Amino acid sequence: MTSSELTHRTAAELAAAIASGEVSAVEVASAHLDRISAVDDRVRAFLHVDVEGALNQAREVDRRRAQGEPLGPLAGVPIAHKDVFTTRGVPTTAGSKILEGWIPPYDATVTERLRAAGLVILGKTNMDEFAMGSSTENSAYGPSRNPWDLERVPGGSSGGSSAAVAGYEAPLATGTDTGGSIRQPAAVCGIVGAKPTYGGSSRYGVIAFASSLDTPGPFARNVLDAALLHEAFSGHDPMDSTSVDAPVPPVVEAARRGDVAGMRVGVVREFAGEGYQPGVLTRFNEAVELLESLGAKVSEVSCPNFTTALPAYYLISPSECSSNLARFDAMRYGLRVGDDGTRSAEEVMALTRAAGFGPEVKRRIILGTYALSSGYYDAYYGSAQKVRTLIARDFTAAFEQVDVLVSPTTPTTAFPIGERADDPMAMYRADLCTIPANLAGNAALSVPCGLAPEDGLPVGLQIMAPALADDRTYRVAAAVESALTARWGAELLTKAPSLV
Amino acid sequence: MADTVSLMKYDEALTRFEPVLGLETHVELGTAAKMFCGCPTGFGAAPNTQVCPVCLALPGALPVANASAIERTIRIGLALNCSIAEWCRFARKNYFYPDMPKNYQISQYDEPLCTDGHLDVEVEGRSFRVGIERVHLEEDTGKSLHVGGATGRIHGADHSLVDYNRAGIPLVEIVTRPIEGTGELAPLVARAYVTELRDLLRALDVSDVRMEQGSLRCDVNVSLMERGASQWGTRTETKNVNSLRSVERAVRHEIERQAAVLADGGRVVQETRHFQENTGTTAQGRSKEEAQDYRYFPEPDLVPIAPARDWVEELRAGLPELPAARRARVQREWGLSELELRDLVNAEALDLVEETVAAGATSGDARKWWLNELSRRATAAEVALAELPITPAQVARVAALVAEGSLNDKLARQVIEGVLAGEGEPDAVVESRGLRVVSDDSALGAAVDDAIAANPQIAEKVRSGKVAAAGALVGAVMKATRGQADAGRARALILERLGVQG
Ligand SMILES: [Zn+2]
Repeated sequence: MTSSELTHRTAAELAAAIASGEVSAVEVASAHLDRISAVDDRVRAFLHVDVEGALNQAREVDRRRAQGEPLGPLAGVPIAHKDVFTTRGVPTTAGSKILEGWIPPYDATVTERLRAAGLVILGKTNMDEFAMGSSTENSAYGPSRNPWDLERVPGGSSGGSSAAVAGYEAPLATGTDTGGSIRQPAAVCGIVGAKPTYGGSSRYGVIAFASSLDTPGPFARNVLDAALLHEAFSGHDPMDSTSVDAPVPPVVEAARRGDVAGMRVGVVREFAGEGYQPGVLTRFNEAVELLESLGAKVSEVSCPNFTTALPAYYLISPSECSSNLARFDAMRYGLRVGDDGTRSAEEVMALTRAAGFGPEVKRRIILGTYALSSGYYDAYYGSAQKVRTLIARDFTAAFEQVDVLVSPTTPTTAFPIGERADDPMAMYRADLCTIPANLAGNAALSVPCGLAPEDGLPVGLQIMAPALADDRTYRVAAAVESALTARWGAELLTKAPSLV
Repeated sequence: MADTVSLMKYDEALTRFEPVLGLETHVELGTAAKMFCGCPTGFGAAPNTQVCPVCLALPGALPVANASAIERTIRIGLALNCSIAEWCRFARKNYFYPDMPKNYQISQYDEPLCTDGHLDVEVEGRSFRVGIERVHLEEDTGKSLHVGGATGRIHGADHSLVDYNRAGIPLVEIVTRPIEGTGELAPLVARAYVTELRDLLRALDVSDVRMEQGSLRCDVNVSLMERGASQWGTRTETKNVNSLRSVERAVRHEIERQAAVLADGGRVVQETRHFQENTGTTAQGRSKEEAQDYRYFPEPDLVPIAPARDWVEELRAGLPELPAARRARVQREWGLSELELRDLVNAEALDLVEETVAAGATSGDARKWWLNELSRRATAAEVALAELPITPAQVARVAALVAEGSLNDKLARQVIEGVLAGEGEPDAVVESRGLRVVSDDSALGAAVDDAIAANPQIAEKVRSGKVAAAGALVGAVMKATRGQADAGRARALILERLGVQG
């Protein structure tokens, strides 16, 4: 296979080719490293490419294969990690200047499990600073670009990962989803991204944004690959006490099965109308019709409290982040500013934080500090928690009527870089449809459902399922994917412009 | 900068004001691992050797609660007659400080694990019930060492070093309700409470409760109200109170200081004060009137604690005998007067005596040795009784040797001296120092004959019926045998030789 053929294979195909000896893991890694060299100066998906580390891991997979040792289902497949996962010995910044140059002494559970499964780490991908944003424009290292249109954002906060996968720089990538940070970039880049059930994937070693919402999840160019990755890193982790001690939902089986006959699908009534791009709704409605034609029973479901999800989210997540980010204080790691022997520890802390955090991070720390302060707690944090309960009740009621809920993943397609940079409220609206699943902690996934007629950019279909029923999202996504791929004659991403 | 402090005489202060106390006690639980990670908790390790990503708060690291610490806290709550929450959460207490790695402390706020208990203490024959408001679980901070500067405090230091070994060690905070009606006994009640609490924690085997190593630390709140008033005064919180004696002194000093302020028409400032071990006074610390907002909120990284009821009952059933019950029992079993019991308790000799009795001594003998000879030696050496290098079993053996007549008290004291000097077990000391009582009649007979021959006038007095004069001859025998003679046997032989009925 040529280098370009290798980078355009699915993860499942690559794993099979490596396992059979058709191709070596080193060849696969090299092909992707070459692709990164060729396109990443324009896509800017990566903050750090670990050429030596990747080749060493690939050599190790080849050695194990040669010695007849058993290999996991994704052994030798390259992966890009969002720079929010700690990677032992590999720089990790969370997109922030405050962690520039920090080399973690330990692996996140997700990193560790994937390393053990033989996946080859290509490097670390760009992200909005501390995962706060929907475009990667809040990265201290500049924005990543959408491979469909380099003048547009790849979504965020896990935009480096979605750009890397959509740009064929990596077949798989990890991300974290706090308010939509996997599903939204997957949608606007025309790939698959899943937010597992909260607690279904370990947060240990994930640099925290909002602890009660952060959920690691997979990116891939197709549903089966996403499921394989999802399964590879999921499951109970004793190092994360919010991790669920339950069997991993059978996502791979569901992705292979992909039939929706008899499934009850609910369309969320609240996610349409003003603020939604017409072409997004067109493709969404077509997807719903497609599901019906495949035998699903479609009905409309009302979740009235979903409209209050956005304000609740913008109280809960800043509150938690204001506390989570307190540890960046120049004492033990990361940036240290002003330590010239004349200043107190408190002054050095303040100077470091002033210099090390970007404007959006500061905005949220201030917002959260205020929301938690005495006298305001009940009105802000307390009320937001009540809204959260109401949203969870909406989901519970809805899932008594239907097996899954569907909506557009995002109200619009990828927006131009700079368009919303100075308008936080417009930026926040990108997560309108994705936030409820984070607040309730249930499973959700975004799968491509076409290109918006007015701009030719990808549209995502969001599928939401109850907690620990992640397999349902994969089942529906696989059905949609297979029908649409047949209709288009190829996967959607083949319609993206070639970068070389 | 020293405060210029005027004090009112204690007795006068008490005639004008009624003190109200409150005590917050922090206890390091003696779990093998830290509260939220697997790091060891041993005291005295080299700085920053007992740390990991979690207790250093590296980016991404997460806490997992130590089940043993939760169990110990519940046992403390049960022993303090508290209710145990059916469901409660940890909370984050947010504030920036260099020795706190996360810049928040995982603690408990409005949902403590244990609430509404009490502990009874006795002072000078009066019983006081101290209400326990709450018992909750939290983590300790690291320890800063401020280098340079005069005070050892952060202000004026050239630089500071932080040791994170202590960061994350499980800490239980026990908070009393306001303690009223103690009058002039206030300092003693405070001391008795901390003592009783310490003994209770020791009986529960949940902590080594060593105040000098900081595993039990006390904050003492004191306020005064005008006699006859119903409104409490403004309180101060004195920190850094690290011994039982300091608890008593801190309360006494605050009473004298606040009384002087109030009598002078002044206002007590609500503030944190620091106890000064060398002077027995308190010095001004941070003012609480510009109170910090800790922005407490439920800790999202941890799941709620929901102790099953049957488990709590199992823990309750498994509680050991607590100090008050134990004191009542030994008083009954050993037939002690109130005063004898108090002496025993005050000397901190209860454990030692009980173990000595368990090793075979009578309670009378055990008390005699520990409270007299050994207490004297401990005082002289300026160590606690329990720190003397002698075991209850060794004391019991000495008592047994006396009881069987192999030693008399004087020799027994020499044996104890030998044991304390590291010369080995009591029998080995007897052997090596040649301390056995001389009671075989041939050896003793010779000494008796010598004594009679050397003191003919005394011998004559005895012969003539003045039996009491025999004491002088016994003394001569004892002197000749360097105290090793069995005095009773020597006396019998003397009387026999002189043809007198004893
Ligand atoms: Zn640790």
